[in-house]
Amino acid sequence: MSAIAIGKDRIHRVPTPEGISLPFAVAAVGDRAAAFLFDLLIIIAGTVAVWLLALLGSRVGLGSVGFSFALLVGFLLWNFYFVHFEISGGGATFGKRKMGVRVISRDGGPLTAEAVFARNLMRNLEFYLPVSALLVPEALVPESPGWGRLLALGWLGVFALMPFFNQDRLRCGDLVAGTLVVKAPEAVLLSDLSDRATVRPARRPQPTGVTGPPPPPPPSEEFPFTREQLDIYGVHELQVLEDLLRRDDQGVLDLRVLEDVCEKIKAKIGWPADRWQVPVRPFLQAFYRAQRAALEQRMLFGQRRERKKG
Amino acid sequence: MTAPAFTLKSAQFRREREEAWRELEMLLLRVEKGGLRSLTAGELNRLPVLYRGAASSLSVATAISLDKNLLDYLTALVGRAYICVYGAKRRPEEAVIEFFRHDFPAVVRRYFGFVALSFALMALGVVAGYRMTKADPERYYSFVGDSQAQGRTPAASTKELREVLYSGGRGELSVFASFLFTHNSNIGMLCFALGFAAGVPVIFLLLQNGLGLGAMAALYASRGLGGEFWAWILPHGVTELGAICLCGAAGMVLGTSLVFPGRQTRLRNLALHGREVARLAVGAVVMFLVAGAIEGFFRQLVQDVGVRWSLAAVTLAFWAWYFLAVGREQPREARP
Repeated sequence: MSAIAIGKDRIHRVPTPEGISLPFAVAAVGDRAAAFLFDLLIIIAGTVAVWLLALLGSRVGLGSVGFSFALLVGFLLWNFYFVHFEISGGGATFGKRKMGVRVISRDGGPLTAEAVFARNLMRNLEFYLPVSALLVPEALVPESPGWGRLLALGWLGVFALMPFFNQDRLRCGDLVAGTLVVKAPEAVLLSDLSDRATVRPARRPQPTGVTGPPPPPPPSEEFPFTREQLDIYGVHELQVLEDLLRRDDQGVLDLRVLEDVCEKIKAKIGWPADRWQVPVRPFLQAFYRAQRAALEQRMLFGQRRERKKG
Repeated sequence: MTAPAFTLKSAQFRREREEAWRELEMLLLRVEKGGLRSLTAGELNRLPVLYRGAASSLSVATAISLDKNLLDYLTALVGRAYICVYGAKRRPEEAVIEFFRHDFPAVVRRYFGFVALSFALMALGVVAGYRMTKADPERYYSFVGDSQAQGRTPAASTKELREVLYSGGRGELSVFASFLFTHNSNIGMLCFALGFAAGVPVIFLLLQNGLGLGAMAALYASRGLGGEFWAWILPHGVTELGAICLCGAAGMVLGTSLVFPGRQTRLRNLALHGREVARLAVGAVVMFLVAGAIEGFFRQLVQDVGVRWSLAAVTLAFWAWYFLAVGREQPREARP
């Protein structure tokens, strides 16, 4: 179990039984709170609905059967709503699904029913008890003093703020159950930029001949890069370039940025002055391809260069 | 349109496997929408195979590819598949059967010391409450709250006290039973959760429960109704007090593992025991259900002291057999 912070999200690495360590982004506290409120609304709406039904039932002569039914359903809703949906829904209740978060086991094993029970039983201590102490202190302690509410408020605060005090955003229930709430991972597989002929994304229509010929990239003979030229940049720069090209693909990048980058690369690698004028996109794509080939080649020999020289 | 003169190794690698990734992605989309039930048996078998394939793809891709989008995609894909494959392993029905046939009695035996300790605490409360109330009936009021007493105080006449024991409720039985069940279960589960506060509130709750019971027993005994009182309490009391002991034990285990982590880190130890003793609390909820049914229906309908005593004996024998004998054999190995 290790964790590193990348950008805004904290990444928690989970060792899976297959022996790979999977990075998961720890869910934001705000998302979790929103998910909880959403679920709470469902529970409250459900409780109100059964009690209304029971009331209606007693009016039409069903007697007390409706009330005992309502008592039981209310009990099930308040205590087992989370348990049921986290077990059957792959670690997500409706609220969690809506907010795109999931419960997983912190040690990488399967998320067991016991763990789900444990994390949700703690809601009693974390939320239900202090809230009822806040709203109706007499129900808990008959002669509740005035500062009882203050105490309940402090209690609620300590547990509600608990996720802020540790880096994995664990609440009490997560501590007891050994669970973790993560962002549901999502990513779309785009085409391989080095392999344009096989899979091509939909491109916005483009007048040909204005900004240069469309891909596929011309064979690399058109832009012969030397070994030394490809020896300058590292993985980081390559992936920044990839990001730019992909954004250009989706049509959300100003062409001038691309031109700017192209000029910088040419200057850095010492592109021959007699062929200085090149079509921007084909040049960058060819450079990406050649650069990636060179870096991947090095990687196979165990040398991974993260950053450019100097 | 001509293919590039030569293909990168990583691009070649991707071409060969992309189809399997897409297949996995399609399955995952359906599982995430409609749960594991939305897959056919064949697809269900395919899921772990595809997952392992994608996981090994990820390992290889990290070693040979610098395509960031591909790496991000594979990481997310394997993450999603991991959640599906290791999220809900067994079907709920199987889990429930396994729980009662093996897990629950086994966990009670494992933490037998704590269960005994919480029983001892409650018994201590009963004895203390009994003796102190016997010595000074006025103490009754400090052990039994107004809402709990419901008129059963030293001020009440013997006739009134006797009536409580034999008053058969009419019509409202199901409401009474479900109220008892939900109320007691909530207290039991709270007992578990309170263990987080180093277990101190749990000890307090157990003692207090015992004190109240002892005080009430003393009150009835002083009017010569001692035997009948226990015949009134015990048919459901055996189950209910047993469940309270289990919840108390769960809370104390939680508190102990937090305060004395032993060789593990505090956090790991807590998670290790927390999951285990959650079973105690869940099993206790079912016991409360049984107790609520006995208290709400049987006690209200059956007035005969002999029958009441026999039911108490039967429940005691049943739970003793259940916790001591059931689930001794090894569980079926269900882990993948």
